[in-house]
Amino acid sequence: MTDTLTPILTKFWDDPRSWTLATYERHDGYKALTKALDMEPQAIIDAVKDSSIRGRGGAGFPTGMKWSFMAPPDGGPRYLVVNADESEPGTCKDVPLMMANPHALIEGVAISSYAIGCEHAFIYLRGEVVHVYRRLLRAVEEARAAGYLGDNVGGKGVKVDITVHAGAGAYICGEETALLDSLEGRRGQPRLKPPFPGAAGLYARPTSVNNVESIASVPGIILEGSEWFKGMGTEKSTGFGIFSLSGHVTNPGQFEAPLGITMRELIDLAGGMRGGKKLKFWTPGGSSTPIFTDQHLDVPLDFDSVAAAGSMLGTRALQVFDETVSVVRAVARWTDFYAHESCGKCTPCREGTWWLRQIMNRIENGQGTQDDIDKLVDICDNILGRSFCALGDAATSPITSAVQYFREEFEAGMHTPAHELFPPEKSVLFDVQTKESSGMVSA
Amino acid sequence: MSGHDASGHLHVSPESKAPYAADVLEKLHVDAAEVISRYPQKRSALLPLLHLVQSVDGYVTGRGVSFCAEVLDLTEAEVSGVATFYTQYKRHPNGDYTVGVCTNTLCAVMGGDLIFDRLSEHLGIGHDETTEDGRITLERVECNAACDYAPVVMANWEFFDNQTPESTIGLVEDLRAGKDVAPTRGAAKVCTFKEVSRVLAGFEDGRADEGVGAGPASLLGLKIANDRGWVAPGADRNGSHSSQADGKDGSK
Repeated sequence: MTDTLTPILTKFWDDPRSWTLATYERHDGYKALTKALDMEPQAIIDAVKDSSIRGRGGAGFPTGMKWSFMAPPDGGPRYLVVNADESEPGTCKDVPLMMANPHALIEGVAISSYAIGCEHAFIYLRGEVVHVYRRLLRAVEEARAAGYLGDNVGGKGVKVDITVHAGAGAYICGEETALLDSLEGRRGQPRLKPPFPGAAGLYARPTSVNNVESIASVPGIILEGSEWFKGMGTEKSTGFGIFSLSGHVTNPGQFEAPLGITMRELIDLAGGMRGGKKLKFWTPGGSSTPIFTDQHLDVPLDFDSVAAAGSMLGTRALQVFDETVSVVRAVARWTDFYAHESCGKCTPCREGTWWLRQIMNRIENGQGTQDDIDKLVDICDNILGRSFCALGDAATSPITSAVQYFREEFEAGMHTPAHELFPPEKSVLFDVQTKESSGMVSA
Repeated sequence: MSGHDASGHLHVSPESKAPYAADVLEKLHVDAAEVISRYPQKRSALLPLLHLVQSVDGYVTGRGVSFCAEVLDLTEAEVSGVATFYTQYKRHPNGDYTVGVCTNTLCAVMGGDLIFDRLSEHLGIGHDETTEDGRITLERVECNAACDYAPVVMANWEFFDNQTPESTIGLVEDLRAGKDVAPTRGAAKVCTFKEVSRVLAGFEDGRADEGVGAGPASLLGLKIANDRGWVAPGADRNGSHSSQADGKDGSK
C-alpha cells in the first residue's frame, strides 16, 4: 500500500533555489540520463512501455506505445515535441512544475529524445507565462554547459538539443497537430488525421508530441524501474500524477498522488469545503470533461473509473464549486471560452459554439425560451463527434453534463437571471460589502 | 488609428508602415538571424519574430509584418494571417503594461468578474483598451494555469495571485506611477511590454533566477506529505533521497 501522497516531481519544490541545476543534481538529477545512455534506445522505450504510463496531457494514450508507433528510422530527422501549452481551464500542474523544477523536464527530454532517435527536440510553451519561459531557457543553457545536452551528451557521442519556443495565446495549440502547425509558423489549426504525427508530424517527419508531466516522469521510470512506477496507481492507470485542486476548498493547491485517489480524500487534504459550504459540482479534468457532483466523491481518480462514471480524468484539473454558484453561469462562461478559442477551421465547431454561446447567454440572463434546452442538447449532438478536433467535443461536455445533473437551473433560466438565483458576490473570496457603492454587485 | 474591423483583417495605420531607422533595422536583422538559427526550417521563426517586432514597435506594425515577410520569404498576407490568429499579438499600439484579469469560469466566480469590473471602472476603459497615458492596457484573459491562486491577474504575463479589487487597483496605480512592482511568482519586477516581448522572442534578460520556485498553494501537498511522513515508494522517510536509487545507479 503506497502512501496517500507521493512527492516525486514536486519533492523539492520547497528548496530555496529549486529550479537550478545544482539543486536538481543534489536530488539525483541527471542520474537517469547517465543510466539511459548506457542502455539501447529500444530498452528505454521498452521500460516506458512496461511502466504502462499513460499520457498526462488529457487523452491518456500510453506514452511508450506512442513512441513505438513512430515510423521506423530512415536516416532523416525525427522529432520530440513537448506540449507545454497548458491552457485547459482548471489545469495548473505543468506551469508550476516547469517554474519550480524545469530540469526534470529537460532530463526527460534528453532521455526520450535518445530513445526515439531525435537530435533536436522542441518545448512548445504557451506565451502567457514569461517567467516559466525564462526558467526553461536558463535550464537548457545550464544543461548544455554541463554536457547533458549538445553534440556529445554525457560524453557518449549522443546528439540532443532543445529549442524552447513560446506560443502567442491560442488554446487550440494544445491540440497536438495545431501545435505542430503553430510551431511551423502557421495559424494554429488542427490537421486531418491520418497521417498521425508519428508518421508525418513536424516538417512532415516522424514526431512524438508528449505532455510535460509525461516526459518529466521518464527519468524516474528509468532510474527506479518500471516496477517501481507500477507499484503506484491502479492496474490500468499506473503511477502518480499531480492533482490540482482549485476553487471553493479551504486550501487549494497541488497534490502529487498515485492515480486512483478520490476527490473525497483530496478535499479532506485541502481542509474541506470553504466555510463549511456544500459541494455542488466539480470538474475531474478541466472544463472539457463532463462535470461531476457530490455523488462522485468516491470515484477513484484513474482513467477507467472516471470514464465509467461518465467523465474523463483529463488533466486532473479539479475545479470545485460550492452551493453558491450558478451552474448556468459557470457553463455559460466556459461556452464563451470555447466560442472564442474555436479556430474556425470546421463548421460544426465554428458555427455550433457561436449558437451555443447565444443560447447560454439567453438562459443566463433569464431570457431562455421553451425549446432552448432541447436546442442546446441538439446542437451538442451535432457537434460531438462531427468536429475536426476535440475542441468541438469539449465545448459540449459542460453543457450536456450540466443539463443532466441540473436541468431545473436551465429551466429557471427561462424566467429568472442566474445572478438573481445565485448572487455572484456570495461566491467570491473577498468581502464585497464595502464595494456596493461601485454598483458592481447590485445587478 | 490602426485596428481591426469585424472581418478580423489587420488594418494598419500609415505611420506604422514608416520604414525603420537604419540602426533599428540592422539590429532587427541580427536578432532575426539568431532566431532563425534555432529552427531547422525558417518559417518556424515567425512566432518569435512577431514577438520581436512587438519588442521594438509595441504592437504588430505594418513595417513589422513586411520585415517578417522579407526575412522569411513569406507574403505579407501570410504573416498577417498568422499575426491575427494569436491573441498576444496586438493590432494597435499597446500600453506599457498589459493587465489581464482572468475571467474564465473559476477565477470569474472566485472574484475575477468583480475585479475586472472595478478595474474597468477605475481606469475608465474596457477590454483591449489603453489608458490615455499609454501605461495600461486592460484585458480579460483566459485561464492562465494558476487556478489554485484564484482570482489571478497577469501583468505583462507575470503572476499576481489571490487578487482583490483593491490589490489590483493598487497594482495598476503603482505601474502608472512608474514604481517597480514585483509579481507574486516571477521576476523581481514586472518588465515593460516591449521588454517582455523580447524575452518571448527567446532572448534572455538575466532574470531567470529571480523570484520564488513555487508559491504556497503549489507546495501544499508536499508540506502535508512532509508533515505526515508520506513518501514515494523507495524514498527515505527522513526526507533525503532514496538510498535504493543510489545503489541502483550505474549498476544498470
